[in-house]
Amino acid sequence: MARSNRSTPEINAGSMADIAFLLLIFFLVTTTMDVDTGIARKLPPTAEEQEPEDMQGNARNIYEVYVNKQDKLLVEENEMKIENLREGARNFIDNNGKDPSLSDSPEKAIISLVNSRGTSYEMYISVQNELTAAYNELRNEAAITKYNLNYTELPKAKQKEIRKMYPMKISEAPPGEF
Amino acid sequence: MSKFKKNKKNGTPPISTASLPDIVFMLLFFFMVTTVMRETEMLVDNTLPQATEVKKLERKSLVSYIYIGSPRGLNRKKQFGTKAKIQLNDSYANVADIQAFIAAERESRAEEEIPLLTTSIKADVDVKMGIISDIKEELRKAQAYKINYSTRKELK
Repeated sequence: MARSNRSTPEINAGSMADIAFLLLIFFLVTTTMDVDTGIARKLPPTAEEQEPEDMQGNARNIYEVYVNKQDKLLVEENEMKIENLREGARNFIDNNGKDPSLSDSPEKAIISLVNSRGTSYEMYISVQNELTAAYNELRNEAAITKYNLNYTELPKAKQKEIRKMYPMKISEAPPGEF
Repeated sequence: MSKFKKNKKNGTPPISTASLPDIVFMLLFFFMVTTVMRETEMLVDNTLPQATEVKKLERKSLVSYIYIGSPRGLNRKKQFGTKAKIQLNDSYANVADIQAFIAAERESRAEEEIPLLTTSIKADVDVKMGIISDIKEELRKAQAYKINYSTRKELK
């Protein structure tokens, strides 16, 4: 009969695009594409038994960096500007025994960073950044001389090898009041 | 004659917009998938410091955030003062709460993911290092050794 022949009327899909656009604009507006970036660090375990052994190396292998509450730097008992810290740290790490006041070898070099409780976080991050930059530059140069590639372009195993040549040893003492 | 006239009238055929919803849906799904909604309301001022030697934080699901800064907005500043405060999830917290926070974060993850957990310290530029050191000490006690000082990439 008639009822079996009758089909349901077609739904008008003309406005589907509008609905989709509406949703699209909502997600476009709420989306944040920024990736979180930062300086990665590993905290030392609380058990301090490995500390004396680390510090055994004579004074030449320790690069002392102090940051006081006025955000001023004292490096190896001399005042220093933050702009010179990268160069200073590089010379210290890559000394290889030449200068008797600087490190024996990059593996033995330890940077000791001490900050005051009043140091601003901004200053602390710039110091950390400069020290990381010193290591990154040295690693990159080693990668270029050895493999003719940038450090970041090397395969994982070779990156590890270079990291072993220039291990990042930044030791942080508990902050003081100065 | 009439044949030619008819052809001229038609002109270019209209472009079919039938596939427009499909294209829009494709874009829509892309943005739906990539969107990360901010799950916490910021209660503290948070201007991150700038740095150049930064690493990307991968796998956001494995990152727990600690926010540090002075209370945000005039009302909160009146109520809580301008001293730097710690924010965990959606509320202010004390240094002593951090161990419990880390424990709770671990609880919500699968066991094999626990060593991969990173704590991201999002501190305001004006924060003093005293409070940061206290937090780091607590994280050491909680054995959450992997940390990340969150920064903005420096514009050169």
